[in-house]
Amino acid sequence: MNKKLKGKITTTFFVIPTLFVFINVVIIPFIMGIIYSFTNWDGFAFKGSSFVGFRNYVSVFQDDKFVTAFWLTARYTFVMIIMVNIVGLSLAILVTSKVKGKKFFRGVYFLPNLIGGLILGFIWKFIFTKFFEQLGESIHNSKIFFNWLDSPTASFWALVIVGVWQMAGYVMVIYIASIESISDDIMEAAEIDGATSLTKFKSITLPLIAPAFTINLFVTLSNSFKQYDTNLSLTNGGPFGSTELITMNIFSTAFSYNKYALAQAKSIIFFLVIMLITILQVYSTKKREVEM
Amino acid sequence: MKAKFKGSKLLTILGSIAALYTLFPIYIMVVNSFKGRADIFTNTMGLPKSLDFSYYLSAIQKMNFIKALGNSLLLTIVSTVLIIILSSMTAWVLVRSNSKISNAILYMFIGTMLVPFQSVMIPLMQYMSSWDIKAINFSMIDSYYGLVFMYIGFGSSLSIFLYHGFIKGFPRSLEEAAMIDGCNKFQVFWRIVFPNLKPITVTVAILNVIWIWNDYLLPSLVLKSPSLRTIPLSTFYFFGEFTIQWNLAMAGLVLTIIPIIIFYIFSQKYIIKGVMDGAVK
Repeated sequence: MNKKLKGKITTTFFVIPTLFVFINVVIIPFIMGIIYSFTNWDGFAFKGSSFVGFRNYVSVFQDDKFVTAFWLTARYTFVMIIMVNIVGLSLAILVTSKVKGKKFFRGVYFLPNLIGGLILGFIWKFIFTKFFEQLGESIHNSKIFFNWLDSPTASFWALVIVGVWQMAGYVMVIYIASIESISDDIMEAAEIDGATSLTKFKSITLPLIAPAFTINLFVTLSNSFKQYDTNLSLTNGGPFGSTELITMNIFSTAFSYNKYALAQAKSIIFFLVIMLITILQVYSTKKREVEM
Repeated sequence: MKAKFKGSKLLTILGSIAALYTLFPIYIMVVNSFKGRADIFTNTMGLPKSLDFSYYLSAIQKMNFIKALGNSLLLTIVSTVLIIILSSMTAWVLVRSNSKISNAILYMFIGTMLVPFQSVMIPLMQYMSSWDIKAINFSMIDSYYGLVFMYIGFGSSLSIFLYHGFIKGFPRSLEEAAMIDGCNKFQVFWRIVFPNLKPITVTVAILNVIWIWNDYLLPSLVLKSPSLRTIPLSTFYFFGEFTIQWNLAMAGLVLTIIPIIIFYIFSQKYIIKGVMDGAVK
C-alpha cells in the first residue's frame, strides 16, 4: 500500500510540471480569450469591463477591412494549395526518378523551408523591388519587371511566389516518403505488362500517394491561413493595405488600434474556421481509409 | 536504351533549373552584400567587383549580431532541452498509467494543437504580465525564463503527441524487470526508457529547434529590451532602419542565415526525417 502510494506520488511528479505550464500558457488564456470576446475590454485591467453579448462579433462582420482581409486570405490559401502541391509533387517525382544527384537536389529544394518566413520575406523584398526594376530597365520590359510591391495585384502574387518557394520543399519531403513506400514489385509488374511511365504514374503512383496528398492539403491550408511573418516582412500589408492577411488584421486591431475585445472576437472566429477545416479534413481522411 | 538516357538527361536539366531558381534569391543576396551603392543599382545580377567585407563588419556591429546569436542559441537550446525532458516524462506516464484521467490529459494536449497562436496571444500577454513580483524583480514579460516558460507551454502538445505514439509500441517487460530489481521510477525512466527514445527525441529536438530559432511573433510580444533580442527580432529592427542601404541590409541577412546553413549541412538527414515524422501526425 505504502509502495503504491509512493508510486502515485512519483507519477504525479512526472506529469504536474508540464501540465502546470501548459494550463497557464494555453488553456487559461484560451478560456480568457473566449470570455473577453464578449466584453468591452480595452487591453488593460479586466476590472471595469462589462459584458456586451455578441456586439463584438456583429462588429467583426461590419468591419470592411476584416471582411476584405478574410477573403484575401481565402484567395491566397486557395492559390497556395494548388501551386504548392503542384510544385512540391513535381519536385518529389523528379528526385525519386532516375535523375543524377537526387540527394543534392532534395537538399537544395528543402533549404528555403528552414529559413524563417521573416527573413525570406526580406530577401525577396530586395528582388521584387530593386532587382525587378533594374532588370526591367536593362531588358526594356517594364510590363513584367517593375517594382511589384507598388502594385496591389503584383504584391499578392509576390506573396504567393515567396510562399510557394518556402513551402514546396516541405510538401515535397512528405510526397517523397509516400512515393518511396510504394513497393518496387508493383512497378516491375506494371513494366512487364508494358505500362508506360505515364500510365504507371496515373494508375499506380497517384492512387497510392493519396494519404500524402491529404496531409499536404492540410499542411498547406493551415500554414497559408496562418501566414503572418512573410506578410509582415515582404509587403507589411501594403500598398495601401491591399495585402493585409487575416492574422495581420487581428494584430493591428489589437496592438495598433487598441481594440482588444474586437481583436479577440476576430481571433475566435479565426480559430473556429481552422477547427471547422480540420474536422472536415479528419472526417474525409477517415472516410477514405474505411473505403480502402 | 537511348530514349532512357535522353530522359534522364532531360530530368537532370529540369532538376538543375529548379535548383538554380531555388538558390537564385540567395545568390542575389550574397553578391549584393559586397557591392557599393552605385554597383547595386546598375549591376544587381552580376558578381561584385571586389570582396568588400566592410558591410558585414558594419552589420555585425549595428545588429549587435554576436549578442543576438548568443541569445538565440541560449533560448533555443534551453527551451528545447526542457521541452524534451518534460514532455518525454509526461508522455511515458500517460502511456503506462492508461487510466481515464491520463487519457483525458492526453486529449487535452492533442486537442489544443488546433488552437492557433493568434487566438491566445492577446489574453496570454495580459495574463503573463500579471505574474509580476516587483520586490524580487520577477516578471514573465521581458525575461528569458518567461519566454522559455511559454515555449514549453506551446511546444509540449506536439512533443507529447510524438513521444506518446512512440512509447505505445514499446514492451513494458524491461521496465518491470528493473522495478523488481529495486529501481524507482526516476531511475527506470532515465536509465531504461529515455535512452530507448533516441530516434523520436532527435525528431522532437529538430522540430522544436527549427520552430523556436525562426519564431518572430512570440519574442516580439514578450521581449522589450534591445539587449535581449533574438536573431529574428534584431533582423526585423535592423532591416526597418537600413532599408535604403541595401548592401548593409543584405549583409545582415546573409549573417542570419549562415547558422541555419551550417546546422543544415551537418544534420540534413535528421532534419528531413524529423520533418517527415512531424508532418505525418
